[in-house]
This record gives sequence, C-alpha cells and structure tokens, in this order.
Amino acid sequence: MMPDSNRLASGGLIDRSKTIGFSFDGRSYRGYAGDTLASALLANDVRLVGRSFKYHRPRGIMTAGPEEPNALVELRAGARREPNTRATTIALFDGLEAWSQNRWPSLRYDVGAINWLLSPLFVAGFYYKTFMWPAAFWEKVYEPAIRRAAGLGRASGEADPDTYEKINAFCDVLIIGGGAAGLAAALAAGRSGARIMLCDEDCTLGGRLNSDLGEVDGRPGADWARHVTAELEALPNVRILSRTSVFGVYDGGTYGALERVSDHLAEPQPHQSRQRYWKIVAKRAVLASGAIERPIVFGGNDRPGVMMAAGVRSYLNRYAVKPGRRAAVYTGCDDAWTTAFDLARSGVTVTAIIDHRATVAPQLRAEATRLAIPVHLGADVTQTRGGRRGLQAITLRRADGREQGLPVDLLAMSAGWSPHLALTTHLGHRPRWSEAHAAFVPDALPPGMSVAGAAAGAFGLAEALRQGTALGTAAAEATGFAITAAPAPRADDEPIALAPFWHLGSSSKAFIDFQHDVTSADVALAAREGFRSVELLKRYTTLGMATDQGKTSNINGQAMMAELTGRSMAEIGTTMFRAPATPVAIGALAGHHRGRDFRPTRLTAGHGWAEQSNASFVEAGAWLRAQWFAQPGETDWLTTVSREVRDVRSKVGVCDVSTLGKIDVQGSDAGTFLDRVYINMFSTLPVGKTRYGVMLREDGLVMDDGTAARFAPDHYVVSTTTANAAKVMQHLEHARQVLWPELDVQLVSVTEQWSQYSIAGPGARQLLDRLLGDVVDVSDAALPYLGCVEFTWRDVPARLFRVSFSGELGYEIAVPAQYGDAAIRAIMEAGAEFGIIPYGTEALGVMRIEKGHVAGNEINGTTTAADLGLGRMMSQKKDYIGRVLAHRPGLTDPDRPTLVGLRPINPMARLRAGAHMLALGAAPTTENDEGYVTSIAFSPALGHWIGLALVKRGPARHGERMRAYDPVRDGDTEVELVSPVFIDPQGARLHG
Amino acid sequence: MRIPCPFCGERDVSEFAYHGDTAKRPDPATDDGQRRFFEAVYLRDNPAGPHRELWYHAQGCRSWLIVTRDVRTHEVLGAALATRGAA
Repeated sequence: MMPDSNRLASGGLIDRSKTIGFSFDGRSYRGYAGDTLASALLANDVRLVGRSFKYHRPRGIMTAGPEEPNALVELRAGARREPNTRATTIALFDGLEAWSQNRWPSLRYDVGAINWLLSPLFVAGFYYKTFMWPAAFWEKVYEPAIRRAAGLGRASGEADPDTYEKINAFCDVLIIGGGAAGLAAALAAGRSGARIMLCDEDCTLGGRLNSDLGEVDGRPGADWARHVTAELEALPNVRILSRTSVFGVYDGGTYGALERVSDHLAEPQPHQSRQRYWKIVAKRAVLASGAIERPIVFGGNDRPGVMMAAGVRSYLNRYAVKPGRRAAVYTGCDDAWTTAFDLARSGVTVTAIIDHRATVAPQLRAEATRLAIPVHLGADVTQTRGGRRGLQAITLRRADGREQGLPVDLLAMSAGWSPHLALTTHLGHRPRWSEAHAAFVPDALPPGMSVAGAAAGAFGLAEALRQGTALGTAAAEATGFAITAAPAPRADDEPIALAPFWHLGSSSKAFIDFQHDVTSADVALAAREGFRSVELLKRYTTLGMATDQGKTSNINGQAMMAELTGRSMAEIGTTMFRAPATPVAIGALAGHHRGRDFRPTRLTAGHGWAEQSNASFVEAGAWLRAQWFAQPGETDWLTTVSREVRDVRSKVGVCDVSTLGKIDVQGSDAGTFLDRVYINMFSTLPVGKTRYGVMLREDGLVMDDGTAARFAPDHYVVSTTTANAAKVMQHLEHARQVLWPELDVQLVSVTEQWSQYSIAGPGARQLLDRLLGDVVDVSDAALPYLGCVEFTWRDVPARLFRVSFSGELGYEIAVPAQYGDAAIRAIMEAGAEFGIIPYGTEALGVMRIEKGHVAGNEINGTTTAADLGLGRMMSQKKDYIGRVLAHRPGLTDPDRPTLVGLRPINPMARLRAGAHMLALGAAPTTENDEGYVTSIAFSPALGHWIGLALVKRGPARHGERMRAYDPVRDGDTEVELVSPVFIDPQGARLHG
Repeated sequence: MRIPCPFCGERDVSEFAYHGDTAKRPDPATDDGQRRFFEAVYLRDNPAGPHRELWYHAQGCRSWLIVTRDVRTHEVLGAALATRGAA
C-alpha cells in the first residue's frame, strides 16, 4: 500500500509543503502540518486504532473532535508518556510516537478479545452481581483480573519532566468557542473596546467553518474565519487563546481554562511550559461551544469504518482525507445528506443514503439524484459485517421490510445534534428538553452567561451568526461599552430538519457508550431491574462515566430508557455535568506548586549560619528549623540531641526561636484587651515584665500558649507557638474587630521583623555580660526572672526577655531581622569561652518534657487548661474568651485525663507517644482506656526514657503503676505515674 | 466566588477564611450564660437564602467582614467591615 494513500490530491487546510514523520504502534508514517493524529492515520489507511474498554472490540476513529470515545492512544514515550489522549485532538508533530491501548500482545491479535466470549459476565451491574462471593476473592482474584482485562492506557510511572503554569486574567466579556457564533460575538463585542477574551479548543479558529463548505459574507467559511481572526488579532482589547479549553464555571463569574501551550510540539522549548491553567474572571460570558453529533444505536455500530457524518466531512474538507472508498450514509436528519454530497464530490462512491424518515426536503433528493446517489427513505441499517480492517458491508432494511446487503467500507451516521451545554450546568442549572430541537437545550444559566449558536440549539449557520452578533453586542453593552450597530455576517439558511430516532432492536451488540462499552442490552437490563432514573442508569451501567463524560452517548441512553419506561424525554430529564468538562491533568492545576515548591519555605535570618553549623532541618509549619547540630563523629541523632541537652544544662546553649509568632499590641486598651483573650490577668502586669499566658477558644478548650511582655502601659508584645501564629492572629483580630471594636487597641504581626535567640544554661548570664557589656545590666537584681528590657545595642534596637522553656537560667534576645545573622554570630563568638553550643528543636523538646511544659502534643484541641495542670491560672475576677464554656460539666469532670509524668519501671524500656494507659492486668479494651501518652523523650540527666501523659485523675495517682499499651508498635511497658516535672522541681536553676 | 472587600476591592475567595454566621457573643454576666454560650457556639441556623456571615481577609488587609451571601446560589449581596457594620 502506498503511504498516504487516502489523501485527496488537493484541498484542505493542511500545509502540503511541510511533511511530518510519525509512528503508530512502531510503524512509521507521514502526514502534513495541520493534520491531527487521527487524520494522518486515516490518510495512511490505518483504520483499527484501539481495543474497547471491556470487550476488547476492535475500534477505529469515530469523530473528528474532542468528543472522540474510541481513538484513545498512549502518546509520547518514556516519562512523557500520556495515556488516553484522543487521536482526534492531537496535532501532528515531527517524531510523534503513539501506541494503541488495552491490547496484548498486539492490536491485531489481542488475547483479551476473549472477553467477548465472556460478555454475559460483563453486562450492566456485573461488579455488583458476579463477584459477590466469596468476599475474600474480590480483592485477591477478581479485581486484579478485571483490572488487567478491562482498562485504558498506562501512565508512565515516572516524574513528569515538564512544567506547568497558573495565571489569572480579568476581562469584560469571555467568549467560549471560536466557531461561527463565537467569532461573530467576538467581532461585535471587540469593536466596542471592551476587554475580550476568546478561548477555543482548536489550533485554528473557525469550528465547523473549517470543516464545512458553507459561505459567510460571500467567501468560504474557513476564509472568513481567517479574515475575522486577523481583524480580532489587530484589536488591542481582544486576547485570543487558541488550544484552550474552558473546562469549568465557578461562582462569581470565574472560569477555569486549560491552554495547551506546547502539547503540539514533541517537547516544550526551553523555559516553556507544557500547559497553562487560566483562572479567568469575566463580567459576562458568551458560550458558543457548538454541538455534538449523535450516533445511531444499531447492531455493530462500533465497527471501524462506522463514523460520525460531520466527522467524515471534517476529514474530507479540512484534512483532504477520504476515510473510505465505498460509503453509505445512515441518518434521520438533513445535515448528514451534506456528508453524502461532499463524499461524492470528493470522488468517493456513495452507494446509499439511508434515511429513517419517510420524507425529506425535495432539494435534498434533487441533489442526490444529480450526484447519482441511491436514496432509501424509511429505511434503516440493521447490521454490519467486517474483517480485520473493519467494516466490509452493512445490512439495509428497506421501507418495504426487505433486507439487502451493501458492501461498503465507510458508513457515515448521524441522528442529529445535541447542544454542547456542559458549561451551563456547572452551577446547578438544568437544561430543558425541547421537542422543536429534539435535544436538551440550555434553560436557566449561570449569572452573566448567555449562549449563542449551536450550543443554544441554533444549528443553522445563518442563525448562529445572528445570535453571536446579538449576544456579543449585548454582553459588551452590559459591561458599559457602546456598540455601533453593524449587521451580522450573512450566510444562507441551509436545511436542518431532523426526526429524532434513537435505537433499533438488534440481535447483536448495539453500542450506546462506546468508551465504556455500554450497549442497548445494558440499558434494557437496567430498565428491567428497576434502575430507571437517569442517575441510577448512569451508575448501574456506567453510561457516561468514562473520560468523555458521555458526550456522544448520554442522550441515546436516556432516550432509550425513556422509551422503555413509557416516559417523555422531558420527564426523564438528563444527568448533570461537573467540571472539568474536558480532562485536565492534575499537574496543570498544581502549576509550579509541586515537590519542594509545593508551598513556600520560610527561613529565619540565621538559616545560613545554621547551615554552616551543620544543622539538620525540620519543617515547622512553613518554616525550616534546625532540628539538631551534629558534631564530627556523631552518627545518630539521639547521641547528638543528648549531648546538646547535657551541654545546655551544664554550660550554655543557643537556639533560634525566631519562628515563634510575635504580635505587637498597642493602644490605651491593650491591657483590657489581653485580659479578655487570656485566661489570666495582663492589665496588672508591670511594665518591664513578662508573663506566661494561655488562650482558650470560645468552646473552653485551649487554643495556644505563650508569653506577653509589657514595654509600656500601652504596649505589649505577645508571643505564640510557631504552628499557631497565623491562627492566633486571626483569633485576636476577630476579638478586636468583631467582639470589641470599641476598644482602643491595634495589632500587627511582627514575626518576620524580629530575630530572636534563646540563650540558656548556667553560663547564660556571663555570656550576655560579655556580649552586651555596659549596654544593659543583666544582673539578677536588674533583670530578675520574667523581666524584660528594651535597649539600643550597637545602634540597633534590641529586646531582652528573661524567660526559659528549658528550666535553665534563660534569656531571649531579639534584634531586627536584618541583624539576625550578625547577632547569632556575635552570640557564638561571645559564648566561645563558656563552651556555648547551638541546639535544635529536638533538644528543646527534651528539656521542655523534662520540665513538664506542655506543647503542641498536649495543646491538641481536646484539652482544657485544667487538663494541662494550668487550671489555677484561670482568673476568677474577669470574663475572657472560653471562660463560660470551660466551666461546662463535661469540661470540669474530675475524671478527665489530666497531665502526669511517666517513668518506665524497667529503666531500659522505651516509651512511645500515642500508647494507651491501662490499669495493670486490665484487658486492652476501650472501656479500660484511661488516657494516652502525649510526649516522650530520652532524658540524659536521668539516663532513661520519660514521658508526659493525660491520665484520668492523673495528679492524684502519682506513684501508681500502669501499662503504656501500644499494640501497633508492639509496645507494652509498665510505668509509674509521677510528677511531670522531672528536673529541678524547685526551680533553683531558673532563678539562679 | 468573589468577595468585595471594602478595603481591597473584589478579591478571590481563596484569600479569605470563613468563620460562620454573625451570632453575637452572649453577655457572660447573665444567669443562663452557659446555655446562651452553648447555643452561640454550637447551635447555628442554616437558612436557605441570604446569610450574614463573617469572613477574614487573611491574605489581604486582615479585615473581618460581614458578608451577606445567598447560600443557595453563592451570590454575594454585600460586604462591610465588621468594625463598622456590627449592628
């Protein structure tokens, strides 16, 4: 066979000067620039392109557009391999590789085709019926077997090497679809000066104008589309996005669109993205998404060579490809007669026009006669026959009931058109059945949207142009732009009559949903078994649930169900569509936010210093914090952390605490405000003092803890935990703006403005003396425990707080963040002679557990202040957020799990957080559960593991032995309940 | 969804955090304070129609807004600063 043997000698919109080489299933072919993979395969007489989902039926190319259910291929190789791409939408590029799917070992000899013999097993609902018993077989035997036998393409399994982008755009009028109606709308609206965006899925604007021979304004439709495109491109207020699918409609005039930036190339250019996700906000939208042609349901209608009639015209007129040599047309509408005429004019032998209707317009019959095409009215196709290459003959049943065989290799079918109205339903608006259109048409619409052209049921070209012009004008005017009236582009009104008919009784499989292999027998079965609503029909048979969302199939399935149950189409209704209207890669929605760029990483000013100091980092919220600083020779983290703890407790250490939330609170009512948000008093806090505080949610549970320092009567600085900084800010703003707007208080987050370092250990004061010299007096008399002071240090404002989380003599020094790096280096230098070490969050955690301080593990959203041993802080003298509900019976129950310390009886035993607390000898049941372990650490000072736990009546049970039971990790440890303060209970070190 | 922030202008919903309806904080001094707080925290009306609710412009000006929204259609009927519109 000659390559390119089905190509017409001339015509089409392809560029014959640019030959393109490509391969399918490993064989090389050639096509032209402007081809799709589908048109190039047909040009090369490749008719079998895939095997069907369940039955492995041979399938060919059925349509010429994005609604294609059959011709799904794996595109590209290696990491770029993409399954289930539609051959009809893949622009041909040099070196394109594609493979057929769902066949083994090859497309022609497919072992899975044996499923065909088992087809009684695969009828509707087979998942629910056939494999019910025994249950264990489902997971191990049936499901893997079905998954192997049925399915679509394979994902590459490798990381996607390409990049994706996200972009926001705003416009006055968004026009969705660049066919006749969309172009007319864009022209009318664009001339007004309104900001227009025009999105079209195809690489070339024009829609059906590129595939049909009708004229607009006296020139061929495709020429007119080129001409209008050029005019629109010249308008500075119009942005055209081709290769862009609008896939979703969202609230507030927001639309999601996917631009295939470089899908038409072998691979993206350097620095070019593969796809771009547009979020478009438009004041008005004109939907001109066209219509989808409906197949006819008859026996063997899925054979390669049975194609949609308008799709055949696309191949002939746009791609200059003859999809067959001997053709017949089977239809019930005028539009498909055009296919017969175009085929005949292109030199294809048309052996019959078979029309279900008894009468048609005389001019159609006259044209058929002129082209010598035999016409059979009131006739149907009842069966097809074929071989390896697909269709070979059809059985024609004439009006008189006699059947006759007709040898053809192409059957063009059409039962008419359905408006492509998916986008009108995304916000919950239902289409309505129109008898006049024999179709569901848009009814109520999303706010700001109008629908023009075939999408609104205007199937004729002239009417589509008129509607586009009218609605484009109206949309621009609605956004405040004046229109100089111009006539709509002109076209002849062609015949568009149709008589709806849906299916024929058949002894062989007649397919409704080609992608999911749903047949007329499946719909009949669903009707017999009572799954009669369209929603149940969909779920029971999987009709319309494939990646094409039933674009070609829903209407036929619904119509058949209506007929079988004696209801009208209006009564049975249609299922709704959800975004995305066309498949969208998750990668495109993620854009650059993947891998380590999934979210921004926040680094403290001292990060560079920490890296140089061999820190290992851990994520804390969006921050990276130093987890520990391993020294040479240290091979495991526990050695490092234990050494850091010992050094802090015996010498001095420094820890970057800049990530803690810092909120500046100012105003004459600042003290009153803090009294209302903390359980304890802050209005009584003297200037120059810091106090630990706890905040509750209004439901009485603890939200966060931290300190507040008072630097002036009307100035506090509040600290929060790292994880809750944003939440506390939101909570405080709520209190300030919503609950008590009358208070004179202002808040601002200064977390990122200040670098803060905790300096802890017996050598801390000597270090600060060395560091600060005469600048500030750090003696115990001048700066006692919980004192704070502001001062100027080396011409920079600085703050010093005497606070401690570790239980050691401790300070936190704060400097503006731009001096954070210099400050940590100065601290390390001044501390050298005192043996200073940097320590990380792990050592910090060990020391706070040794001191029984609660943290995120204990402040977990289920605990009250009393549960955490902080009940005495709850002021009796004032109201505060959470006070009333904290006194509910359920939150004051003495049986509530309350904070205790844990010591393993066997000093070698390891504790595990999450273990449940059981009485000795008690069975591990929910009834016997008395609490759980919240935090654990290895205490270097004690030489064994310690823990904190929440245990029923815990503080009253010190000295009692229990089990810490952790069956998941095989832990069952006998422990003693002890005070949660393991180190220095008198606080001598703290006050030193 | 788009929310017309009185300070920043109309912005995408992803910049905002939702709080709930505009139930007032009860007077803690009343005798049945615990019942009133319980109802304010847990028992919320869910009307099918316009709903006055609090949104926080977390990724913007940090204003708390009272947004009136039809929860059936997500149509935003208005937005005011909570400090001003707290009536």
